[in-house]
Amino acid sequence: MRFTLFHEFGLYGTLLYQALRSSLESTTYRMNLFQEFVKIGYESIPIILLTGVFTGAVMTIQTAYQLGNAFIASSIIGSIVTQSLLIELSAVISSLVLAGKVGARIATELGTMRVSEQIDALESMGLNSVSFLVVPRIFAGMLMFPVLYVVAAATGLTGGLLTGVLTDTLPAFEFMKGARLFFFPWDVLFGMIKSIVFGFIITSISCYKGYYATGGAEGVGQSTTQATVLSCMYILVADFVLASLLL
Amino acid sequence: MTTPSTPLDSSRTPDTTSQEPLITVRDLSKSFGPNLVWKDVNLDVYKGETLAVIGRSGCGKSVLVKHFNALHKPTTGDVLMDGVNIFDLDYVGLRQIRQRFGILFQGGALFDSISTFENIAFPLRVFTSDTEAEIRDRVMQALERVSLAHAADRSTAELSGGMRKRVGLARAIILNPEVLMYDEPTSGLDPQTSDEINDLILSLSETLHITSIVISHDMHSVLKISDRVAFLHDQALHWLGTVEQLKQSQDGPLRSFVRASEYALT
Repeated sequence: MRFTLFHEFGLYGTLLYQALRSSLESTTYRMNLFQEFVKIGYESIPIILLTGVFTGAVMTIQTAYQLGNAFIASSIIGSIVTQSLLIELSAVISSLVLAGKVGARIATELGTMRVSEQIDALESMGLNSVSFLVVPRIFAGMLMFPVLYVVAAATGLTGGLLTGVLTDTLPAFEFMKGARLFFFPWDVLFGMIKSIVFGFIITSISCYKGYYATGGAEGVGQSTTQATVLSCMYILVADFVLASLLL
Repeated sequence: MTTPSTPLDSSRTPDTTSQEPLITVRDLSKSFGPNLVWKDVNLDVYKGETLAVIGRSGCGKSVLVKHFNALHKPTTGDVLMDGVNIFDLDYVGLRQIRQRFGILFQGGALFDSISTFENIAFPLRVFTSDTEAEIRDRVMQALERVSLAHAADRSTAELSGGMRKRVGLARAIILNPEVLMYDEPTSGLDPQTSDEINDLILSLSETLHITSIVISHDMHSVLKISDRVAFLHDQALHWLGTVEQLKQSQDGPLRSFVRASEYALT
């Protein structure tokens, strides 16, 4: 068990080292980079919009419910919803959702390429498969996740505001007043830093699990499951570490 | 282990006694963790010959051949190409060695996200500065060589098993390799399609003067296309000789393997 764990970390570290070393070979991976921007960024927007709107809506309803009997200004609901969305929920919930969408896609793609010898075919042509397959996915993840975080935060705030108005819980101007009252640019920056880290965690773990997949269709299935579960676990661990270090 | 001791008598067989080997395998052993695949393999591959590597499923035929271009690294031993140990090369040197090989993988290993045409064009786009017109010409030539010019724009998912192998072959020869390695070229194909693939391999060897290494347990195919045969058995290279020697061999495990392949030796 202990040997397996060391072996896994060793392989993961080796893959990351190879990726770092081959990140200078931009001619090899640039053809895949734009494609990954589209797949990780553009194609994730619908699910991020959905996640953002409902997270904001639920936050508004629950905060209003919890503060219902308190003798405080109702605009404070806007402050709590805004801070929660910017600091925590937009980054974490959207990343957990993306671990399923992006992580599973990457692990399945690379795993299938591995077991059907497509990665061997790339290597046999003299192409650096890590540079060609792994580097663009990690780069695209680290660049696209902060963008998706901003989209999630914006739609979350919109969802929260609209829910407050539609349920007659909180007028729009009260929500905006509260949001502005405790808005700090650092919160957005912190959310973006978290998104970059989460993007790295999801793409690197999924690449690792897919790249070293073995055992046919069943092996690819296991790799995909492990990639998704491990990504979610490490997102939560990294969330705690970053909050401890940066807040 | 039996090695050829007499001059080679087939008209297609290169004279291995008078030339330097292109690939030299020296004391090669491979284990995956505690599991030994084979040990102390010694083997020469000569320019222009067709060498078949045979043996039971799981005996490590593909693993052995993937050492020839360093897709696998050995536990011990060396593989020399033109006298240079390929495992001592840096990445650039290794890339140059790998570009001297073409491989037809067992399932074709076609990139399923792109079309048939793009699969064959892929090495040209990555490794040459050919114009789009030149790429089109070369890809269509390669497709005509494998009789699949009509399938250029098809998705690889639409191709049958035999067509996938032929597209894989077209991709393998597109950069004019010196050595072509075929991993089970006829497995999973009907006898007629298998024969077409065999004819194609023979035709490529003769017209392009390519050195060929064929992994197979299809004895009909092996006897038709090979000059020499290497038999892996009991975690070692058990027998090595020409096709004629194989037909006359009284070696027990080899005869048993050939008989099991339902091929009547003459």
